Amino acid sequence: MTSPLPDADGHFGRFGGRFMPEALIAPLDELEKHWRAAMADADFTAEFHRLLHEYGGLPSLLYDAERFSEAAGARVLLKREDLNHTGAHKIRNVLGQALLTRRMGKQRVIAETGAGQHGVATATACAYFGLDCVVYMGELDTERQALNVARMRMLGAEVVPVSSGSRTLKDAINEALRDWVANVDSTHYLLGTAAGAHPFPALVRDFTRGIGDEARAQSLELLGRLPDAALACVGGGSNAIGLFTGFLADESVRLYGFEAGGDGVDTGRHAATITGGDVGVLHGTRSFLLQDADGQTIESHSISAGLDYPGVGPEHAWLAETGRASYRPITDAQAMDAMVLLAKTEGIIPAIESAHALAGALDVARELGPQAALVVCLSGRGDKDMVTAATWFDLVGVEDVVEDVLEDAIDEGAQSEGAQSEGAQ
Amino acid sequence: MSRAGRTVRPTLEAAREAGRSALVGYLPAGFPTVDASIGLLREMVRSGADVLEVGLPYSDPVMDGPTIQAAAQQALAAGTRTADVFAVVAAAAELAPTLVMTYWNPVERYGVDRFAADLASAGGAGLITPDLIPDEAAEWVSAADRHGLDKVFLVAPSSTEQRLGLASDACRGFIYAAAVMGVTGAREQTSLVAPDLVKRVRAVTDKPVGVGLGVSNGRQAAEVAAYADAVIVGSAFVRSVLEAGDESAALSAVAELTADLAHGVRAGLRSAPS
Repeated sequence: MTSPLPDADGHFGRFGGRFMPEALIAPLDELEKHWRAAMADADFTAEFHRLLHEYGGLPSLLYDAERFSEAAGARVLLKREDLNHTGAHKIRNVLGQALLTRRMGKQRVIAETGAGQHGVATATACAYFGLDCVVYMGELDTERQALNVARMRMLGAEVVPVSSGSRTLKDAINEALRDWVANVDSTHYLLGTAAGAHPFPALVRDFTRGIGDEARAQSLELLGRLPDAALACVGGGSNAIGLFTGFLADESVRLYGFEAGGDGVDTGRHAATITGGDVGVLHGTRSFLLQDADGQTIESHSISAGLDYPGVGPEHAWLAETGRASYRPITDAQAMDAMVLLAKTEGIIPAIESAHALAGALDVARELGPQAALVVCLSGRGDKDMVTAATWFDLVGVEDVVEDVLEDAIDEGAQSEGAQSEGAQ
Repeated sequence: MSRAGRTVRPTLEAAREAGRSALVGYLPAGFPTVDASIGLLREMVRSGADVLEVGLPYSDPVMDGPTIQAAAQQALAAGTRTADVFAVVAAAAELAPTLVMTYWNPVERYGVDRFAADLASAGGAGLITPDLIPDEAAEWVSAADRHGLDKVFLVAPSSTEQRLGLASDACRGFIYAAAVMGVTGAREQTSLVAPDLVKRVRAVTDKPVGVGLGVSNGRQAAEVAAYADAVIVGSAFVRSVLEAGDESAALSAVAELTADLAHGVRAGLRSAPS
């Protein structure tokens, strides 16, 4: 038995649960009912796996990264989620939830997005299934990530900039919840990570656990044994829980989650929720979060937009508290160094999110020694991060590049909007 | 010091006996400042509000529309702390029974029992908890019972009969019926589903039922008063303060709105279709 939790009310020990307006409880119950029925329905799971394979490009490879291993000092196997359609593990979750949306007979999907990766993945799945798609995105993020706004619009999604609060991911989630409570009869909220109210943490885990299940089988084939450790980055924690679940019952396999340490946890400018936060309630679940003395949410900071969230999924909180998994912070600088190390040793440019796990792997390799085999989730590719990387490493005349990219994106966005309205006529 | 008692139920029952609904008026503590919010609440009571609902400003208010969000943000930006909420409650409770409306995390952060103790010693009547369902409320229920405080949980049009029963059993003071599937904010028309929701609640409990979400004027208050024991008004008060040019304009706007609503809750039962 690999996933005995959550309990019937969605608790992982003292974490998880449902801290939601009463209006959403019946819809959450309905979602749970449909999800449990779907997962027990062989036709549904067969269709899910067919889609993952034919459309998503899965299962992803487990790649023996020899030159990176040499630099790390232990054998590092990379779970190549960066090669999936849309460039990250997120395709698994969105295809699963979109399929569930269709099964529930709903025609409209809403989602939140920070940097835009989950928004793009959701827009992709909605285009594939012909579902209406509205993506809430903090106004500040729409400015920082104009290219992803253009991508979502090209895929037919409506992108709604959110101007309340800190105008970032947490406010986009608030706004999506407000939409959901008003439109829940017709609408599924396609949450992007293994957090939020029950059943979302368990539901998203179900759809992403292929990462770990595949990696376990691939490790046995490649190594003839289980790996010594499984490592992943943790923001909300969907790629990490997807990886960990496959190894939870294997006590010999150590589990490591790497949080965004930003400028350093001691500076206060970070997103290391488990390392530097406290227990509290945010967005429907009890977990660790960044909060002030009065319980007001504190803004997180990370160079990696995908990890820049002041909360974390409740199962990670439980795994941390029970000691089954270890969570450590990785600073922006450590992550960026690991990003460039992988690029130069393997010819693979990782997402900055995933680079946190690579940086963590360097430490774990040192601790476990040269005989150790580490499975690292390369959760996404780095194309989206090139402006950030170019700026960080001063690779080119960056100010010009950034301006060009933004101008292009704005033009592209305007054109795709134009194209949409023409298409509608 | 005369305090209005730590439950709002007798106030609601007295209104019912007088053949009318009670008027519950909401404003966030610290909006626009701590002192000014006390002045506005005082004006509300003077102009006819029966029960006060003091909001604890929170960074992530998912049940609130843009109007109350803006007020909460303004209160937080002005430095309002949880301790200030108790100060506002202490002043308000001198005048009328006073509940605090709060999202759950600030209570948990303050310490659930400590929050209940400090609310009780400030003279507060209890809590309205929009994102805490009875299923998760064991710690709050026992703290409230220990300190003799009201527990006001919400029911919604989507609530099943089983959940209406659960919430009704857990409530003390009254049951808060959310009139629409949606967030707070003034609406053109009153809810079409609220009368049915209240009827369903009354089928499972004798406790008073208050209706909130969307009421913004005396005419709407009269419509809701025809079937509810309390009419809860929030966004309309906040908006009247946001739109007022200065403190004295805000006071007059609140007085005028309260008077209109107070007239409405008295007109309700007489004009009610039976």
